[in-house]
Amino acid sequence: MSTAESKNTELPIYTAKDFTTDQDVRWCPGCGDYAALSAVRKALPEIGHRKENIVCISGIGCAARFPYYLDTFGMHSVHGRALAVATGVKCANPELEVLVVSGDGDLLSIGGNHTIHTMRRNVDLSIFLLNNKIYGLTKGQYSPTSEQGKVTSSSPAGSIDFPINPIALAVAAGCTFIARGIDVDMKGMDKLISRSFAHRGTSFVEVYQDCNIFNHKAWFYASQKDTMPENTIRVEHGKPLIFGSDRTKGVRFNNGHPEVVTIGEGGINADDLIVHNETDRILVSMYAQMAHPEYPEPVGVLHADPTKPTYDQLLIDQITDAQEKNGESDFQSLLVGNDSWKVQ
Amino acid sequence: MPTKQAAENSNTTLDSVVIRFCGDSGDGMQLTGGQFTDTAALIGNDFATFPDFPAEIRAPKGTTFGVSGFQVHFSSESIFTPGDRVNAMVAMNPAGLKVNLPDVEAGGIVIVNEDEFNKGNLSKCGYLDGYNPLDDEEILSKYNLIRVPMSRLTKESLADSGMGAKDVNRCRNMFALGIVYWLYERSLDVTKEYLNKVFGEKKGKPEIAKININALEAGYYFGETSEMFPARYRVPPASQEPGTYRQISGNEATVLGLAAASQLAQKEMVYASYPITPASNVIHGLARLKRFGIKTIQSEDEIAAVCSAIGASFAGNIGVTGTSGPGLALKGEALGLAMMLELPLVVVDVQRAGPSTGMPTKTEQADLLQAMFGRHCESPVIVVAPRSPSDCFHMAIEAVRLSIEHMCPVVYLSDGYIGNGAEPWKIPDFSSLAPITVDHPTLDDADENGYLPYKRDPDSLARKWAIPGTAGLEHRVGGLEKQDETGNISYDGDNHQHMVDIRAEKVQRAARSIPPLEVHGESSGDVLVLGWGGTYGSITTAVEQVRARGHSVSSAHLQYLNPFPSNLEQVLGSFKRVVVPEINSGQLSVLLRSRYLVETIGINIVKGQPFRVDTLVERIMEVIEQ
Repeated sequence: MSTAESKNTELPIYTAKDFTTDQDVRWCPGCGDYAALSAVRKALPEIGHRKENIVCISGIGCAARFPYYLDTFGMHSVHGRALAVATGVKCANPELEVLVVSGDGDLLSIGGNHTIHTMRRNVDLSIFLLNNKIYGLTKGQYSPTSEQGKVTSSSPAGSIDFPINPIALAVAAGCTFIARGIDVDMKGMDKLISRSFAHRGTSFVEVYQDCNIFNHKAWFYASQKDTMPENTIRVEHGKPLIFGSDRTKGVRFNNGHPEVVTIGEGGINADDLIVHNETDRILVSMYAQMAHPEYPEPVGVLHADPTKPTYDQLLIDQITDAQEKNGESDFQSLLVGNDSWKVQ
Repeated sequence: MPTKQAAENSNTTLDSVVIRFCGDSGDGMQLTGGQFTDTAALIGNDFATFPDFPAEIRAPKGTTFGVSGFQVHFSSESIFTPGDRVNAMVAMNPAGLKVNLPDVEAGGIVIVNEDEFNKGNLSKCGYLDGYNPLDDEEILSKYNLIRVPMSRLTKESLADSGMGAKDVNRCRNMFALGIVYWLYERSLDVTKEYLNKVFGEKKGKPEIAKININALEAGYYFGETSEMFPARYRVPPASQEPGTYRQISGNEATVLGLAAASQLAQKEMVYASYPITPASNVIHGLARLKRFGIKTIQSEDEIAAVCSAIGASFAGNIGVTGTSGPGLALKGEALGLAMMLELPLVVVDVQRAGPSTGMPTKTEQADLLQAMFGRHCESPVIVVAPRSPSDCFHMAIEAVRLSIEHMCPVVYLSDGYIGNGAEPWKIPDFSSLAPITVDHPTLDDADENGYLPYKRDPDSLARKWAIPGTAGLEHRVGGLEKQDETGNISYDGDNHQHMVDIRAEKVQRAARSIPPLEVHGESSGDVLVLGWGGTYGSITTAVEQVRARGHSVSSAHLQYLNPFPSNLEQVLGSFKRVVVPEINSGQLSVLLRSRYLVETIGINIVKGQPFRVDTLVERIMEVIEQ
């Protein structure tokens, strides 16, 4: 069953086309999912796995059609359960590279429980949350990430639900790789996706994705040419938090709180700014709470902890340990047990 | 030694005895009963056990709802049930007596720990106004009541041990067991060995082992010297087929059966489940079998468990999940997915009394229709049911075999009664068991148009199990309706009709690989008593008794519920009347009537308890005499 050899030797040279199925993509024209699909297809040839060892699992929703468009092994499962299915896949065969693509309804509402526990266990999966802050496939109801007051078909007087914060959730659940990207930012997305595949453990990438039918422009404050530099901050490991179209703004600690400052004003220079350290769990907690319009929203790899062992590895280790300790185990003696008796 | 002489003189040999230990749930009655059973097993008695305990781990002490009981039926003959009427009972407190006395036969032995029959304990279980059952003339005349001050005697016998009152008190059950061992001429060795092993070696508390053994011996010698007992009883070994035997409960047998299936298929197994009574000890058992490549996942919920099992099957392991009725309800949607994906999946349902939370520690067989139909739309699955504790081994293997051969989920309906009950099991020779054939396709199975994941075997209609890691067979499966052969999404009406039909037909064709239904007794006649699952022991025993009275009555027992064995219709047609006893309101009857248009007479008793043989005899006789 081991595919370790095929992983390292004779890896065919793939292109994005090798990961493209013959199925017509049925998303609405202009949907942000196209960009995510394209980014994943582009990243897969580079991750060092043969395509037969890649498995894409999804739940239900627009984004969950993903596996049908990716020429790997795939499963479009039931609503909310993609991570539970993916956990089973990974435990059955840890050699497989498993990715889960789904939406905010699937991963944060009906399947929220599995999101928490997959991250807590650190199952080696890559999760792409295509967050469009709306229910698309069921035609436009508010989602768990929709802002309070949102008027939709199921909330004509405005939603009275407060939204969940996906990054804060991931932090709370102990996720070992937390990143955020924006659908239209192809370059940034490519990097995040490659990093997430390379990470051993649960990697979680929240993608700001535009639903141009039911929630168009929901992310425009962060995704447009003019808004992205002003309202987001691209964090890079070891570098200070600088943003702005002319890169003159930064974030520093003031009395323990993050504060947006202008470099050069009031004697502030780049050395006063917070330096991003992706291994720091405290910093990522802060990033999770930095929200527009008070703060620029951090994008990039917000947190990466490669030291925590993965669930699937621990599972296999226990099996291997038991086998090594017991040597060749005889099934007949298991059946006989310790308290048998003979009848002549 | 005059006392001993007297006892030996009044020794009586019995064919079989039903004994029940009862007391507070903290009194160690399950352990006591288990030890008595182990000893009976080693002597060579046939036996059947029935643990009956509350859902509360430690209910308020002394209350009736905190009563825990363990019944053992041991015999020199073949037996199939833990017995109806209790011949001898040990009651450690008034609540135990109150709850269990009605089950003791008139003239039966009732040994009580009289120290616990104080005012406080009497009132806790509702014996008020100075009433003490130990002084009740009616009770005294009806039963052979033996009052033993067990608490005091245990304390006195351990006075020099230097151990605290709490530890000493906990030895009362061993004192009681010692008395019973004396009464039934049993050796103390098995229990001594057990106490030394568990407390001495495993828990590193040899001093606890020592006081328990001292209490056990003190109880034994008390029996010998006290002259309270009119006789001792001997139950000789049963004549059993030669072979190696062990005691096994249904859940233990399910564990071994699943592990055996994994070996027979040469496939790793993933068992994912969320703890639920009475199925939890299946994961406990499997978690200890890592050396056989069994992977267990304690999932975050029931739905995650079944979904992880499905994922495991997709990736080429045998995916199994386990639960009880409420959990099966939660797994319904995913079971529909597995049926749609046409992947192997086994769902173990150790049924319990419901609906809703119901009576979790009590038994019932009322999930049959849920297993059959408890999903949205047309989603047939294979349903099997073991019929006794040891049969769980065989049927768990069958569940895995059918699931793999037919690429279809299988629901395995055990129940709390056989799951927790134990009996002797003649251990099979593992090398004689038939292997389970697994045939994963390779690139050779693809043609120039690529791989067709839903191409079917023309005979069984099963598709092939193509697994990730196989180059060239990359394909997608999912819950959306799919075109046959290609597996591509299809909303075409004619294709949907075809797929609905073919998924149903595939399940029905599994009947080709299941054994025909056997009839016990004449193959035709006046009355057929047809049961399924865990009621086999009581139905078979009851029907044998009725037949012994000269009536034309046979019995048959279904282990395969969907599809039914192919000769079922012919069997039903060979009898004038069909009686269907079930621990539900008539679920098998619903299936039989709709499928075969046959009239059935139900015996439906839903009290959280297994059938009593005498009740079944009575009810079958009523049918015969109509």
